[in-house]
Amino acid sequence: MAGDDYFGLFGLPTRYAIDDAALESAWRTVAAQVHPDRYATAAPAERRVAMQWAARANEAYRTLRDPLARARYLCEQAGVDLQTESNTAMEPEFLMQQMNWREALDEARASGGEQAYAALQGELGDAARALRDEVGILLDERRDAPAAALKVREWMFVDKLAQELRRARSPD
Amino acid sequence: MALLQISEPGESPAPHQRRLAVGIDLGTTHSLVAAVRSSVPEVLPDEQGRVLLPSAVRYLPGDATVVGYDALAEQAADPLNTIVSVKRFMGRSIDDPGLARAPYEFAVAPGMVRLRTVQGERSPVEVSARILAALRERAQAALGDDLVGAVITVPAYFDDAQRQATRDAARLAGLNVLRLLNEPTAAAIAYGLDRQAEGVYAVYDLGGGTFDISILRLTRGVFEVIATGGDTALGGDDFDIAIADDMQRRLRVDAALPADRRGLLVAARRAREALSAADSAEFRVRLADGRELSATLERDGFERLTLPLVERTLSRVRRALHDTGLAPDGIQGVVMVGGATRMPVIRRAVGELFGMQPLTDLDPDQVVALGAALQANLLAGNRAPGEDWLLLDVTPLSLGLETMGGLVERIIPRNSTIPVARAQEFTTFKDGQTAMSIHVVQGERELVSDCRSLARFELRGIPPMVAGAARIRVTFQVDADGLLGVTAREQSSGVEASVTVKPSYGLSDDEIAAMLTDSMTQADSDARLRMLREQQVEAERLAVSVEAALAADADLLDAGELAAVRDAVQSARRAAAGDDVDAVRAAVEKLASATDDFAARRMDRSIRKALAGRKLDEIS
Repeated sequence: MAGDDYFGLFGLPTRYAIDDAALESAWRTVAAQVHPDRYATAAPAERRVAMQWAARANEAYRTLRDPLARARYLCEQAGVDLQTESNTAMEPEFLMQQMNWREALDEARASGGEQAYAALQGELGDAARALRDEVGILLDERRDAPAAALKVREWMFVDKLAQELRRARSPD
Repeated sequence: MALLQISEPGESPAPHQRRLAVGIDLGTTHSLVAAVRSSVPEVLPDEQGRVLLPSAVRYLPGDATVVGYDALAEQAADPLNTIVSVKRFMGRSIDDPGLARAPYEFAVAPGMVRLRTVQGERSPVEVSARILAALRERAQAALGDDLVGAVITVPAYFDDAQRQATRDAARLAGLNVLRLLNEPTAAAIAYGLDRQAEGVYAVYDLGGGTFDISILRLTRGVFEVIATGGDTALGGDDFDIAIADDMQRRLRVDAALPADRRGLLVAARRAREALSAADSAEFRVRLADGRELSATLERDGFERLTLPLVERTLSRVRRALHDTGLAPDGIQGVVMVGGATRMPVIRRAVGELFGMQPLTDLDPDQVVALGAALQANLLAGNRAPGEDWLLLDVTPLSLGLETMGGLVERIIPRNSTIPVARAQEFTTFKDGQTAMSIHVVQGERELVSDCRSLARFELRGIPPMVAGAARIRVTFQVDADGLLGVTAREQSSGVEASVTVKPSYGLSDDEIAAMLTDSMTQADSDARLRMLREQQVEAERLAVSVEAALAADADLLDAGELAAVRDAVQSARRAAAGDDVDAVRAAVEKLASATDDFAARRMDRSIRKALAGRKLDEIS
């Protein structure tokens, strides 16, 4: 069960660019095949195996469907460690940018201004899209996983900030 | 149990092999059992033709209990021994805010709350088991004894402790649980199959004590839940409480007596139900001191009184919609489920939010049980080719871990498709540390103190190393019933760390075992004889299926393993020839565990084969 990678499990080529419709249809086919409901009256061992397969298929789908998670997965599969705590090196330019965004978020929080929130959200969205395109080129065309990982870590930061912003804007 | 079960998915057994399975809606106010007979789901009535079983259990002095209408009839006379709405206490502790005003005596004990009755302390699990046992007996009377199992429905928003408690109750009632199924999902199955519906649907389910909102995408036989939300302490009961509180004030009743409080709640329910069809209703109550009081309840006044409750449900609906990223007009239809949706105020509010008339044509009391029966029939393996569907449900609440400073680290976010497994690595803090404790919580908030504590895990047997060198990989898994499981392994040494689960509010396995033994000692010799027959049949069935499995896949075993399996088959047959029920059971268990690995390997092979076939299909 460990042999197949997530792309192999769904019969898809191992690359960043993905056909969303093909991914969804492959997941549905696999999920139907291994779903625990198919084995509800089977022996405990079989139920356990079905459950593990189904959990793996769902996890694979969740990972591949999300552009950021898919990029992380490809970097990790290429042997690049993304464990961010032990590896915090970033380009100085991005570090500056990151500080500016943080300040902008704090200011928006302090003023409670919808406009300030909206402006920052737009900026973060643009940054995420740019990083996504870059990562795609680095992974699929240049085949340079370490360089892609650097950009993925920036993207993770942008994503985290965007989440914080959403929470600040509409607390649960 | 049969190893032969892994034949091609989609195959239907011959008619004489139909396996009977039921769907049970274990509700706050009442419960139902339904089954598929001659391809149509139907609710099973009692001897008097009534389909609803009030979820009420009365404990009498001695060891007799009364369940259902007869228990309900005496609730005002014997309030402390007549337990209603026990579902609200499932998996809850004594300090749960919802318990404060419940008209019972609770025992002060750690873990799940216990109710004091004339028969001693009873856990909500035991009370629920009595209700489930009554439904099991009803089903056996209607269908015969060969019940392979049951699908039990739970509110989609039930957390792990509440689900575990429901599962334990079913076990205690002698039911084999095929699946815990979310109530709105069950309703969607009944509705979707009935109407051949396609598109995105919302299910608004307001029961006696719980509220759920689920949003599903229905496509070509797939029921995919995309978001769910709710409140497991909000239902029709709360509308009754609002009326009773108001009347108590208006009529100046000092209802310190449990019997009076119960009388007010009963009168409130009657008035509320009458208001669904009329603009005003008489509220009438007879107090313990003999006084009879009455007042008129206007629908307008009632709706003002309960507006905050309606608004609470709507805010949950809006959040679930937000989670799907859809606007209200992206929804094709809203299905109303649960008796409390009969209230016109609910239908109007939901209709306004979605901008459409809610669908109310399936009986809101029955639709969940009917859907559960359809799913039970499917799980039991009775589906005919082409009559097949697939259910993809989600986790209602995020699962997280306590980290430094009482913060929650989210492991599995809410609305993840189940089953789901996610691993997290931990390391040691001190040199030579051999154990660590992990606190699992469920909820959406960032502080541990704002989430519900699920369980504490102790990892032991970590090989001593310098601080930070150990890498312990803990896998959290939510199965198709929505229940949590945990495994742990130290990565660098490969040592399996042992996990001890201390459910925060659940019953331990020992407690369940003790309750089961208690009920066993009351069994008469007839029951023992029947048990022997069942075990003998089981032994033979298992032996035959193992032999068939060996004929097909013996190459998966080495010589030693093969000999061990053959040996276990022979022992099972020998034991089944005798009349010692415990010996037969032990031999069956031994055979099952001897073939555990074999079964897993066969299953793995069959799935691999199927997936490989799928890829070839797509290429060609």
